[in-house]
Amino acid sequence: MSTLANEIVDRPPDLARPWTRTRIVGAVLVGFWALVILGLAWWLIAAWNPDLFDKYAPKYLSGLWVTIKLVTLSIVFGAALSVPVAAARMSKNPLFAWPAYAYVYFFRGTPLLAQTFLVYYGLGEFSAELDAVGLWSFFRDAWVCGLFAFTLNTAAYQAEILKGAIESVPRGQWEAASAVGLSRTQTMWKIILPQALIVALRPYGNEIILMIKGSAIVAIITVYDLMGETRRAYSRSFDFQTYIWAALIYLSIVEALRHIWDAFERRITRHLKR
Amino acid sequence: MQSAWSLLSFGPAGWGDEILAGVGVTLALALATLPVGLTIGFFVAMAKQAEEPSIRLAGNIYTTIFRGLPELLTLFIVFFGAQIGIQQLVGLFGVHRVIEVNAFVSGMIALGVVFSSYASEVFLSAFRAIPKGQYEGGYAIGLSYAKTMRFVVLPQLIRIALPGLANLWLILLKDTALVSAVGLSDILRQTGIAARVTKHAFLFFGVACLVYLVLAILSSIAIGRISDWAHKSQAAR
Repeated sequence: MSTLANEIVDRPPDLARPWTRTRIVGAVLVGFWALVILGLAWWLIAAWNPDLFDKYAPKYLSGLWVTIKLVTLSIVFGAALSVPVAAARMSKNPLFAWPAYAYVYFFRGTPLLAQTFLVYYGLGEFSAELDAVGLWSFFRDAWVCGLFAFTLNTAAYQAEILKGAIESVPRGQWEAASAVGLSRTQTMWKIILPQALIVALRPYGNEIILMIKGSAIVAIITVYDLMGETRRAYSRSFDFQTYIWAALIYLSIVEALRHIWDAFERRITRHLKR
Repeated sequence: MQSAWSLLSFGPAGWGDEILAGVGVTLALALATLPVGLTIGFFVAMAKQAEEPSIRLAGNIYTTIFRGLPELLTLFIVFFGAQIGIQQLVGLFGVHRVIEVNAFVSGMIALGVVFSSYASEVFLSAFRAIPKGQYEGGYAIGLSYAKTMRFVVLPQLIRIALPGLANLWLILLKDTALVSAVGLSDILRQTGIAARVTKHAFLFFGVACLVYLVLAILSSIAIGRISDWAHKSQAAR
């Protein structure tokens, strides 16, 4: 009976949505983006060239693989290096704290491109010395130089993230742990780090995205990553769609990573939700 | 073998004056980009907190695109895209020739859109930190929307947004180095030329890094001053 009553009940009419000025502005803006995106899609379809695709698609894939390798390795090595740097940065001994501070300041205060040049071209000046210790064949490779510069750079940023996260855990946690008789190592691993890593999660995600975007500059020192392959394809074909395809690939990687990271963060902080 | 000091000296023998000119170009580019980026960023932030969902969507598309693309790629797309676009436009009028786009202007546009998409996030969170009561208070004493914005909201907004914007300024200063890749004679390009000519790459790129560091330190001092000025009007607690 009640279901019947529900069905014939008079619902209030939908609220009128008049075409106010803001609504018109919004429609124009969204229309603009829709035009841009549709125009781009139409142009990419119209300019579709199977020869170009056959020739450059495998190169783009290999470039993408170079980018992924470069970013993954530099993030991992940087994470390893950031631990001692962060520890030194938090040390009360100025002999540790000052060099670590200078390291972080230098790598965060100068452009990544300048650092990469310093490693790639600058170390060439010391080829004789590097050869003597057997490292020259190593640093002659542009890819290795890029990896080296990126590792040093991201280590500085990750050290700051780690330091900030560890310092965000209240002192009371340390005191409570020592009150129940945990050693400093145990406290660090079981009490402090699990809480700190939750704080560090978002900045770490941002750092990975920054590295993916920043890795494009290795193209300037002749590494054929995704950007490098794009530049080569453009300089050979003079077809602007090479750049548009690269933009779409970078954009989808970054967006995918952002969403994965968001889901990961929601999952890992589900005990904090109210 | 010349000494480092004679290489870096001013005058025809040294590279000091060339590098100084590069510093001027870097600073000019960063300072020219800043107002563009701040203005666009402010309006995008306004769009992202609008009540109308379609305006919000338009603002979010803007940030998603320009925060997701590598800065270098954005620069190349602007640089080569503008070149092709203008050539085709001119071609419509029957003029066929190769047109070079100004690297400074392309750099300004590319860095400006990247800066503004990050700045819009900073402004947005600053907007959200200002309680609704501030607007209501403004309307209650009879101020118009524009005047409430100008006299009530903006002074607080600047104070809240300043640390984030200062960070973005330092990032912008570093990102200008990318424009050397499309041929603008900034610090990095000038030191790069010096490195190639003199074969003292480590010295010159080291100098380039130090110059950027000095610029960052000077910026921090200036930002400290601005921050003091912005907090001057804050009520004492």
